[in-house]
Amino acid sequence: MNGRNGNILEVRDLRTYFQTEDGTVKAVDGVDFELKRGETLGIVGESGSGKSVTNLSIIRLIPDPPGKIVSGEIIFDGQDILLLKTEEVRKIRGKRIAMIFQDPMTSLNPFMRISRQLMELTELHLGYTRDQAYEHAIKMLETVGIPDARSRVDSYPHEFSGGMRQRVMIAMALSCEPELLIADEPTTALDVTIQAQILELIKSLKQETGTSVILITHDLGVVAGMTDHIIVMYAGKVFEQARTRELFATPGNPYTKGLLRSVPDPTSEQGALYQIPGLPPDVAHLPPGCPFAERCERAEDICRREFPPFVALTPDHHSLCHFAEEVYSTSKREREARAGARSQEQVLDLE
Amino acid sequence: MFGFILRRLIVTIPMVIIVVSLTWGLIRLAPGNFYTGEKKIPPAIEKNLREKYGLDKPWYVQYGKMVWNIVRLDFGTSLKYEGQSVNSILARTLPVSATLGFLAYLLALFVGVTAGTIAALKQNSRLDYSSMALAMLGISLPNFVLGPILVLIFSLTLYWLPPTRWGGFPSLNLILPVITLSAVYMAYIARLTRSGMLEVLRADYIRTARAKGLSEKAVVLRHALRGGLMPVVSYTGPALAFLIAGTVVVERIFVYPGLGTYFLNACLNRDEPLIIGIVAFISISVLIFNLLVDIAYGFIDPRIRY
Ligand SMILES: Nc1ncnc2c1ncn2[C@@H]1O[C@H](COP(=O)(O)OP(=O)(O)O)[C@@H](O)[C@H]1O
Ligand code: SF4
Ligand SMILES: [Mg+2]
Repeated sequence: MNGRNGNILEVRDLRTYFQTEDGTVKAVDGVDFELKRGETLGIVGESGSGKSVTNLSIIRLIPDPPGKIVSGEIIFDGQDILLLKTEEVRKIRGKRIAMIFQDPMTSLNPFMRISRQLMELTELHLGYTRDQAYEHAIKMLETVGIPDARSRVDSYPHEFSGGMRQRVMIAMALSCEPELLIADEPTTALDVTIQAQILELIKSLKQETGTSVILITHDLGVVAGMTDHIIVMYAGKVFEQARTRELFATPGNPYTKGLLRSVPDPTSEQGALYQIPGLPPDVAHLPPGCPFAERCERAEDICRREFPPFVALTPDHHSLCHFAEEVYSTSKREREARAGARSQEQVLDLE
Repeated sequence: MFGFILRRLIVTIPMVIIVVSLTWGLIRLAPGNFYTGEKKIPPAIEKNLREKYGLDKPWYVQYGKMVWNIVRLDFGTSLKYEGQSVNSILARTLPVSATLGFLAYLLALFVGVTAGTIAALKQNSRLDYSSMALAMLGISLPNFVLGPILVLIFSLTLYWLPPTRWGGFPSLNLILPVITLSAVYMAYIARLTRSGMLEVLRADYIRTARAKGLSEKAVVLRHALRGGLMPVVSYTGPALAFLIAGTVVVERIFVYPGLGTYFLNACLNRDEPLIIGIVAFISISVLIFNLLVDIAYGFIDPRIRY
């Protein structure tokens, strides 16, 4: 049973709003994307741009009240999840779609042994007996690289370090061999050295199992070597989407360019990083024009008046901007200049 | 763990002595004496009485004897209930008060936790608002008002339940006193449970549990309840102390031959050995109970180690 055109997931015009004292927070407002079976999608954006809400919407874990999925379709393997009964969604959660959350320190139950927290899944979804589930838990811990898994499986979460706990979360998520793994900022709360290890682990497990992955992060540097596609989110909207290589090489949106400039460059020594000026807007009170206008270097009057169009730069590359074409061609010129400089250097080196 | 318990038990001794010394001082500060009753007593008899009970000795001798009694856990003889040792009075009255207090706390725990959990799960619903309004009423209505109201309704109007008197365990006589005593705790525990559960239900690990596909029942009972009840567990220590204060009033209303009634009488009669004995006994129980709660805490929360 393959989904339409090989897509494991298609999200269409998703809108998730929160009713707060401050008004309606349009956390996710018209998001579209798709994910091919076996591929990895990166969702990037500053904090508060609606990445987590998008993904919690996919497995219908938005706290209601105050949240509500107001409209849209979430087609998972040909089925619209938004039309399913709660019990049917429960059979998908943890079994076919699994999640890893940002903070491994708080995402595991502190009162429960690791073994129990792992066994719970296979007992529920795969009908394992206690013994089978226990052995499977040990096997999963070994898979994610926890040394001495057998003797540590009965520990409590506080006996593990942050990196180890995130490994446990990954073991848990992969217990039932899900078709889709959603990792919501899986490394944000971890030390830099551990971050790389965890990303490497996700990458290799993905290659072994062929799971489709959604990797959420606020740091474009994290997704570079991991994803096939990227969508860039801002204020609940998709600002740009493209294949990873294309997005890095020739971004078509000023916001993406800003994010790219703030990625730490490992080859340069300078410590001071670029930061997009200002703060993300309050999504409860958005101005009529482009939500990025206040902070955008390229902004003109029209940006403050009119909401920008979603421009198709290539069939596979879209950007939400009044000047998408122009930004895109500037990026192309810059890339050529860089390439030129590099070949120049090579020539100089030879001389 | 063992060292922790031992340390705590050792600290108990000076704490009890401090509490009892304060009580002893307060009794001395108040004017009058246990024999200053209705009639005037001739000086010769007064002198005899003072000699008999050691009141003619210097204060430090009397104080020393009192402390020694506590250390021996033998509190001497009552002045008013002649020929009865304080220990025998404690042994007789304790079962009555303990039954009352224990049942009241059990009822409070059961109703409070259930109501609080449901209120938290249905936050801001009509059920939530009405149970919390009821809890507010329970907290603000004093037991000396609630008791007589219940008696008026269920005994004197409906004739369903006996109005007063101890009838042993189990008996219908227990129902009204237990409800009267437990109302405040029921209400308080309901509120504690509600806020504790609300906090836990927002926790990341509850979201993880939901993301696993667990049923709502499993999420609440298996994952949330334990953390959500921590405030209730820590409240159990102080609750015991308040329960004891409550029994004084409730036993009075329902004419129960319990510790509370005897304590009140002892105070009115200035029955010093009995007052000291009961105060010492209660302080020891409160301290030990608090210790038990701390030990239980360590069992419930694996992060706590002593
Ligand atoms: N439970 C909630 N109640 C109200 N607002 C919420 C809630 N959860 C998220 N939001 C709002 O939705 C917006 C997007 O949040 P989120 O998806 O968590 O951002 P991020 O991109 O950092 O993951 C934010 O403005 C946030 O304040
Ligand atoms: S529409 Fe205007 S403000 Fe928005 S990103 Fe494009 S240039 Fe900037
Ligand atoms: Mg987030």
